Amino acid sequence: MTKKKGFLDLISENRFIHILLSILLGFVVGAIFLAVMGLSVGAAYGRLINSVTSLKGFSYVVVYAVPYIVAGLSVAFSFKTGVFNIGAEGQFVVGSMAAVVTSIFGASLPKPLLIPLCFLAAMAAGAIWGVIVGVLKTKWGINEVLSMIMFNWIAFYLSNFIAGIPAIKNEGTAEATKNIADNASLLFSKDFIKSTGLAPTANWGFIAAIVATVLIWFIIEKTTLGYELKAVGSNKFAAEYGGISVNRSILTALAISGALAGLAGALQVMGMGKRISIFTSQEGFGFAGIVVALIGCSNPFGVLAAGMFYGALMYGGSKLNLEGVPTQLINVIVGTVVFFIAISVIFANLKRLKGRAAVKKSDAKEEKK
Amino acid sequence: MTNFVNSLGIILFATLVYSTPLLYGALGSCFSEVSGVVNIGIEGMMTAGAFTGTVVAYFTGNPWIGFLCGGLAGAFFGMLHAVATVNLGADQTIAGTAINMLGPGIVIMLAKVLFNSTDTIPLSASQKMPKLFAGTFDTSTVFGRFMDNVFATYASTYLVFVAVLIVWFVFYKTRFGLRLRACGEHPQACETLGINVIAMRFACVCISGFLSGLGGACVTMALSTQFRPISIVGQGFIAIAAVIFGKFRPQGALLGCLLFGFCSGLKVVLGGSSGVNMHLISMIPYVVTVIVLVLFVGKSRVPAANGKPYIKAK
Amino acid sequence: MAKQYVDMNTPVIEMRNIVKRFGDFVANDGINLTVHKGEIHAILGENGAGKSTLMNQLYGLLKPTSGDILVNGKKIEMNNPRDAIDAGIGMVHQHFMLVQPFTVTENIVLGTEPQKGIKLDMATARKNVVEISERYGLSIDPDAKIEDISVGMQQRVEILKALYRGADILILDEPTSSLTPQEITELIAIMHNLVKDGKSIIIITHKLKEIKESADFCTIIRMGKYIDTVDVEKVDENDLASMMVGRKVTFKVDKPEQKPGDVVLDVKDLHCLDYRGIEIVKGLNLQVRRGEIVGIAGIDGNGQTELVEVITGLRKGTKGEVLVNGTDVFNKSPAFGFQHGVSSIPADRQKHGLVLDFSIEDNLILQNYEKQPFSKKSVLQREPIFAHASQSIEKYDIRPSGSEKRPAGTLSGGNQQKVIIAREVQNDKDLLIAVNPTRGLDVGAIEYVHKYIIDQRNKGKAVLLVSFELDEIMSLSDIIDVIFDGRIVASIPGAEANENELGLMMAGGGKKA
Repeated sequence: MTKKKGFLDLISENRFIHILLSILLGFVVGAIFLAVMGLSVGAAYGRLINSVTSLKGFSYVVVYAVPYIVAGLSVAFSFKTGVFNIGAEGQFVVGSMAAVVTSIFGASLPKPLLIPLCFLAAMAAGAIWGVIVGVLKTKWGINEVLSMIMFNWIAFYLSNFIAGIPAIKNEGTAEATKNIADNASLLFSKDFIKSTGLAPTANWGFIAAIVATVLIWFIIEKTTLGYELKAVGSNKFAAEYGGISVNRSILTALAISGALAGLAGALQVMGMGKRISIFTSQEGFGFAGIVVALIGCSNPFGVLAAGMFYGALMYGGSKLNLEGVPTQLINVIVGTVVFFIAISVIFANLKRLKGRAAVKKSDAKEEKK
Repeated sequence: MTNFVNSLGIILFATLVYSTPLLYGALGSCFSEVSGVVNIGIEGMMTAGAFTGTVVAYFTGNPWIGFLCGGLAGAFFGMLHAVATVNLGADQTIAGTAINMLGPGIVIMLAKVLFNSTDTIPLSASQKMPKLFAGTFDTSTVFGRFMDNVFATYASTYLVFVAVLIVWFVFYKTRFGLRLRACGEHPQACETLGINVIAMRFACVCISGFLSGLGGACVTMALSTQFRPISIVGQGFIAIAAVIFGKFRPQGALLGCLLFGFCSGLKVVLGGSSGVNMHLISMIPYVVTVIVLVLFVGKSRVPAANGKPYIKAK
Repeated sequence: MAKQYVDMNTPVIEMRNIVKRFGDFVANDGINLTVHKGEIHAILGENGAGKSTLMNQLYGLLKPTSGDILVNGKKIEMNNPRDAIDAGIGMVHQHFMLVQPFTVTENIVLGTEPQKGIKLDMATARKNVVEISERYGLSIDPDAKIEDISVGMQQRVEILKALYRGADILILDEPTSSLTPQEITELIAIMHNLVKDGKSIIIITHKLKEIKESADFCTIIRMGKYIDTVDVEKVDENDLASMMVGRKVTFKVDKPEQKPGDVVLDVKDLHCLDYRGIEIVKGLNLQVRRGEIVGIAGIDGNGQTELVEVITGLRKGTKGEVLVNGTDVFNKSPAFGFQHGVSSIPADRQKHGLVLDFSIEDNLILQNYEKQPFSKKSVLQREPIFAHASQSIEKYDIRPSGSEKRPAGTLSGGNQQKVIIAREVQNDKDLLIAVNPTRGLDVGAIEYVHKYIIDQRNKGKAVLLVSFELDEIMSLSDIIDVIFDGRIVASIPGAEANENELGLMMAGGGKKA
């Protein structure tokens, strides 16, 4: 076997390599766009890299990444269990609102009580939002994608409505809720931030993100619950034949997925967000969760890495206008990455295109169909 | 009574105008889904159409050329989706997600570069879609004003109703339509009868992009008078919802879009006059859709081969 | 038949030295085939021998790696089915290629639709379809939707599709797999009509009796290789069988005499609806006792599928009782039925039997993942799960060995079935339901499956066997219950059953009960 062939084998078979290649191609396509528009590739990518590699920059990246990671876990979990949670957006929104409302009414509670309470409220809100869709599906057979799209918008306007209620509204401005209570804030202490030079919004949210990652991995890979949900996800007929209740599994999966999206909302608002503004358009955390889950191959640890990557791009992207480069460059890059992940079968076929190695028998079976 | 007729006129006007872009998107979605390809990228294709239509109208001064180019821009992204899903057998949801990022990403970036860092592109009255029957009705009478409200509307709205008829005819009365529906139900059967499934689906996904692009263009060229990054906020997804609602038939999608447009129209009228909270009123279309689904529509029969890549044996 | 219509001087199809490779797997290895005008030519081989691959090349669905195809003496490059259709070849696939929500007419004309201007001309289409169906005596309802018509009629629609396109050479892939004996006789008559008319027919099958009854010549393929072409009149079924399998085969199943015990399954006055909401099981009564195999003989669509679904808890019935060891499992969950003694080998192993993405070890614990030792406090215990799989793979001869962690989807059909049998037999329940347990398996695997079903009976379990293969029902069952129109219309001791009589009852004639 020649060395080159070994390399191609690696490219063909390794999913991780496919993702890395997709990311590489994303940046290549981004560079082409920049060049065509007469913008400096070096300046743009230089700024991108510089802004995330300093200690402060990196702490920003982590802050940005936390909600993406947890939203990504929400979508990844749903993928594993055979549902496409396009409703993470709405669950995120009701979760963050639940956290804010809880913190406002529970402002006098001590920190160790209030923070878990806010988390719980957010997770419950997200779970309910998910379960409603699940009930519509299991009870009336209503397509979940359709109702999730509706409930994303219902959440959006509900949040705007609640943000305008006198008890919640910030008296100074009309456009947002009150700030979350100090005792519900996840921020590091001011002194600590000052002494370390971290980002002013640096907070404890990353601990929750890591715990959630490990927990979801454990549920999916190690527990009977994960076994059930995966069985329903990959073949609901066989699962039902084997005695697993499909409807209950769908509801459970949507509840957990919704709770994660709700938690993501809480982490966002209790970390760097502080308050919820009246939206003019959807915030997109849930949709970002879809992207993060796809880049992370729906594997919890993959999602952790993909969330960091996405957070870095989003934070770095926000600095791009300093170079006169539109921040939308990031969407072009990420969109390209996802596009190549979708067609990553072409990487697997590189080998065949070269016409060297023999095709595996399993492929032959595919073709026989 | 006069007030009521006026309000009704305004509601109907708003119904038509709000339904129009949804309807283009929904017809697009029908083509793709019925041929067997899930297309959640309608939103991205609409954004591309909205931008391109506006820019071309801005520079040429001709709304019709702009409108057409909007469609072509959508078709370009449709083609990307087709290459990925039809030719390369990609996961259709993932590819659609990519289109939803790429479409807006590319056009807003272009907007900023073309218009010196501002991403809002305004259109003058002559660059906008023309209104048909403007001034035809005598607005001094109640009835005339009603007729003016409802019928003196944008050419793109008239066009979309013609388009619904054409799509219905194509789907159910032509050879192309019969084959298209067969491809979404049983691609292998089509292949054994010498129908080129790959080519059929490729064409349908491109048509899907074209119609979505037109839909995007009428948001910025009729409904409003400018392109902004948030011109297309969810219309593409609502269009998909309307198609599922309409059980994957163009005539069903028409009902879904009209229902949605009507609720939006109601929102416009109520929002102005009543004391009810704006945000709660804005929720109406979505809540009504869910309720109608539960009460009247229920399960939607998805085309049998929808979402399954068709890989031709060699 | 006596080759009365065969014109030995006019070869219509010649396939010369056909080789087809998929990667390093050789599906066809130098196969020759000659078919003459007016000839019925059978292609015999086990599942996976390469019969369908060969025919898919003749029909343009696959391209040969090497070799020539001649139609009417002319070499033809088959790039797609269009080329085959233009050359006068039509194919009826084993899994019908019919668009379910379309009408019969729409299905027949699809791809060559008559038009009036830009509009489809369905009136002409319908007229043409009626005409051609009358000419060949293939009765159909041109306006019915495929999803509403019987399997027999669907097959006639498939044949009409080919004839409508002017096919002179018809390929029939396993055409009898879901027909009753009477329908098979009818099909053979149709085939004879067609060759009388100058058509040629290639029939792919692994049923020896049908070859004897219908074909003039037979080409045998084994493991992708050409074995021989024989004159059917000059060989008997045993010759054909040993050429197909490559060794002597015995069709007899050994089954010791045994007295049945208590009633295990007792179905009383069962009613249920099909997926369209129409009543399909209409007051069915059925009993299965310990130590006996009760076979349900019937044509697909008479309620047997739904009957099994109700017993296993997958479908809700509208009325009735399903007692398993005295406990009513009617309208309970599949898990409840399982707890009370129901295990089953489902009809569609890839849809209901296995989670193809799951590893073999995970598939083997499908009903038991919540039990000790496979899980403790809701956490899966990998070691006992693996040990269980290793032991099952060895005991049930699941191949390849050492495949505990491999996804079930990577196994061959026969080995997938072994995984299901290993699981269901080890569940050790009082009732075993087996639905078409040998569909699509080769001879060796069929023998294996039959052995385990009979083992269960000998161990005193109650076995309910549902199969569309009448031979299978007749060779295994102690009691044969005939199902027709949602009811059991006759119950006959297996030893006394006679194929023609059964066939008649399956079609609703000669009622006994």
